[in-house]
Amino acid sequence: MGKRVGIIGVGQTHHAAKRLDASGVELIAEAVTRALDDAQLTIKDIDAVVIGNMDHFENINYVDMWAADGLGSCMKPVFKVTTGGTTGTTVGACGYYHAASGLFDVVMAVGWEKNSESDTQAAISTCANPTLERDSFAGAIGPLATEYSMYMKAYGATEEDAARVAARDRNNACNNPFAHIRQHVTVEEVLASPMLSYPIKFLDMCPRSDGACAVIFAVEEKAKRLCPRPAWVHCSVVRHDYTHFGDLEWTWMPTLERATAEAYRLAGIHDPLKELDVCELYLPASTCGVKWMDSCWFCEKGGAPELIRKGTFEMDGELPINPSGGVISCNPIGATALIRVGEAAWQIMGRAGDRQVEGAKKAMATGFGGCSWSDVFILGADLP
Amino acid sequence: MGIETAGAAAVPRRSQRRFKQVREVIDALRHGTRRNTRRLAAKREVKQLSDWKDQVEVMVHHGKISVPYSWTVGSTLSKWYVLMRDKGEIWANRCPSCGKVYVPPKIKCNDCYKDMNDWVKLPGTGILESYTVVHYSEPVIQPQEPPIIYGLVKMDGADTAMVHLMGEVEPEQLMVGMRVEAVMSEEREANIFDIRYFRPSAGGEA
Repeated sequence: MGKRVGIIGVGQTHHAAKRLDASGVELIAEAVTRALDDAQLTIKDIDAVVIGNMDHFENINYVDMWAADGLGSCMKPVFKVTTGGTTGTTVGACGYYHAASGLFDVVMAVGWEKNSESDTQAAISTCANPTLERDSFAGAIGPLATEYSMYMKAYGATEEDAARVAARDRNNACNNPFAHIRQHVTVEEVLASPMLSYPIKFLDMCPRSDGACAVIFAVEEKAKRLCPRPAWVHCSVVRHDYTHFGDLEWTWMPTLERATAEAYRLAGIHDPLKELDVCELYLPASTCGVKWMDSCWFCEKGGAPELIRKGTFEMDGELPINPSGGVISCNPIGATALIRVGEAAWQIMGRAGDRQVEGAKKAMATGFGGCSWSDVFILGADLP
Repeated sequence: MGIETAGAAAVPRRSQRRFKQVREVIDALRHGTRRNTRRLAAKREVKQLSDWKDQVEVMVHHGKISVPYSWTVGSTLSKWYVLMRDKGEIWANRCPSCGKVYVPPKIKCNDCYKDMNDWVKLPGTGILESYTVVHYSEPVIQPQEPPIIYGLVKMDGADTAMVHLMGEVEPEQLMVGMRVEAVMSEEREANIFDIRYFRPSAGGEA
């Protein structure tokens, strides 16, 4: 077992479709400065830095080098990691591993993206095998649409179930001053929005955003000294698969199922729906907010639509999901999954402002990336 | 050597023999003629490394994705470029904590991580810290024809050097440590070639 580690500071930019006032490095500086302020530290207190973004997205491929001034990493150990959509949770996991190893006391994890500088779908398609699948199944929307079609057929879920998730997340975002899109929408408006790829419609899908996020991890003795209420890391679990798209099990989500099962085991959780107080889940489309609930073990397979219709995951429901507005309200891709971890940490630390779930003591954050990879963090107010 | 040493310890004897045969072929490929490679291969009944080509059709899938990029210059560098374009001046910024002066300007001080709001105008003169004459062509990244002179210029009033091109000078006249000055372009568009190049200036070697 590693050392016990707590999150003691979180910072994020104000996200937007185009942050024309700031370069990528300036976005990174904005998030890092806010995280240091949140933790009441200076850059001298940081022992190591982990950073990541999506390959190909800005066509500048050594962010660990050229962002050093904004990152504050000069003359520090700095590591770049990138794993597609899960990059944010992977930099978080690496930040946690660094601290838990006992080799570094205070570690900062940074994720960022400037989607406005490139063609997101073209860049994302480079994740697929170029001699086999890139021309026929690449991009983010098509595969997600295909998997929900299968789920609808298998379990009787509907387009309206997904629209409920979209309306929930988009309305929650109105309480989050950092979110890119803050707009009240109704279920009817979601259903009436233009079709992108059946059954996913415009308001079901995530945007592309410019933004950055930084999260500061500290070992137990430092965390206790530096922070009145750290968000303790109970576990960080990573599960990846994929050789070809057709190899995947599309009716449910094996990586998320395995990752959450292992996370609950490590965190001693037996009934996640009752024991978790809040979740920040990487749901790139509202359809995932239906289908993947089964894979989080909140219900039997096929049980998600009923929970959603009952309002289980609304702010006043049994287990609020995505108080921040989630990924469909804000998506600076390399930062997106780290924002989930940061938002979950703020819930535990009691710093989530208008989107605070009162008395949250146990939170789950996930990352999703390409293709079909899942990362899970469980954070708690009590020491693990 | 690596294969044999590792193999001797870890693999069965038959595999060791096989390693030895392969090793001989590789050595022959490296040092011997093609003919004695074939002879050796035939003698040991080891297939030539190129024999797989007879079994398959060699295929290469050519692709090209055109991904457009545009880079936001950002608040700090925008200010620098605008001053250069509109006034023909080169500015730097200074750390309020340690006083280090950076050109091109920095977002944060490398050492202190302080905001760099303190701007200073530079005279545009300095010394050539080092240089090289490039004789090859790099058409994809460098539109200019060789020879091109890359210079590392430490400007007066700055603590960091800046990279740019040298002009109005023959390669044999260049000296490390010589005084140089910036030549601004007449039509400036807020990019790095608003400084056309640096050229030798009065004062000779510093």
